[in-house]
Amino acid sequence: MKPEAELLGAAAARATEGADDAVTRFGRRAVEAGLVDVAFSEIESPVGTLVVGVTPRGLVAVEFEDDRLEQLLARFARELSPRVLRSPSATEAARRELGEYFEGRRRSFDLRLDRRLMGSFAKDVLTATARVPYGGVATYGEIAKRIGHPGSARAVGAALGSNPIAIVVPCHRVVGAGGKLTGYAGGLQRKEYLLRLEGGLPF
Amino acid sequence: MGANPIPFARFLEEQRLRVLRYLGAAVGPADADDVFQETFLAALRAWPDVVDDGRLDRWILKIASRKAIDHHRRRLRRPVPVAETPDRPVTPEDPMGDPIWASVALLPVAQREAVLCRFALDLPYREIGDLLGITPEAARANVYQGMKKLRERI
Repeated sequence: MKPEAELLGAAAARATEGADDAVTRFGRRAVEAGLVDVAFSEIESPVGTLVVGVTPRGLVAVEFEDDRLEQLLARFARELSPRVLRSPSATEAARRELGEYFEGRRRSFDLRLDRRLMGSFAKDVLTATARVPYGGVATYGEIAKRIGHPGSARAVGAALGSNPIAIVVPCHRVVGAGGKLTGYAGGLQRKEYLLRLEGGLPF
Repeated sequence: MGANPIPFARFLEEQRLRVLRYLGAAVGPADADDVFQETFLAALRAWPDVVDDGRLDRWILKIASRKAIDHHRRRLRRPVPVAETPDRPVTPEDPMGDPIWASVALLPVAQREAVLCRFALDLPYREIGDLLGITPEAARANVYQGMKKLRERI
């Protein structure tokens, strides 16, 4: 091959050696420049990988990854802004508080919430759910009553299933009549784990 | 809300290596990171209003190409010490030990882009034409002319 061509090829290859650093640095600069509307990162937890989403308004999502990262990012882009970027630093507070929660050192979260991914009915349901204390549970019927829609237990269940901010908005604390563990978007095993961690399971 | 439904993170993931390769040859490996930052910051700024015409690869390469030229212009205005040992021996005809990308920067834009696509991205002429929006024959001619100038170091 011609030496000029070889030089260009070698320079190109050498530049890619710094790819990870370049991307990390870009993430930091983009956040500093105020160009990131949705920062996300993955967190390893005892209930599997979580995807945390943070906007300038607050925590917008805590979701079980379950091989759904692409889907989740597409939803952020569609419903919030396409300026979605991975940023461990912009999601640092959420990572820290969730870490403390799983270590049993935190019983409530101090994070500001961005509720834009909740529908209006779900917002009411989840606001009532957020008041169920650590270590306690409420039934679907009780939540329905608290938001002034007694008899809408089923709709409450659906709204809880759509909770975009799992764990921090504790939809796992809502159980069936008589304390029965029923549906959880992340799977019943996770619901049981979280309630056990909080000491909210009497059995 | 803008028209673009693609999460920027996905676009960055898809394009980062190609853009780094391109810039490595356009401005040199030592400066590629800086120009990479400029390129993707500009892209992120524009992102909500970008319409996906299926050729976002072409779009980002155009930005990289412009940012590389901006970078060379800045360097020409403000001489800076050579950051690292050049890849070629310093010869009397080459008193600055000018690395090849300084010569690449002096090529006419069509030739420069074709040369970089050919030897930094290792693309065949059909794909170069496709990427730059020209015919494969024009791509081949531009690479030929560009390389001829580079061999003579312009």
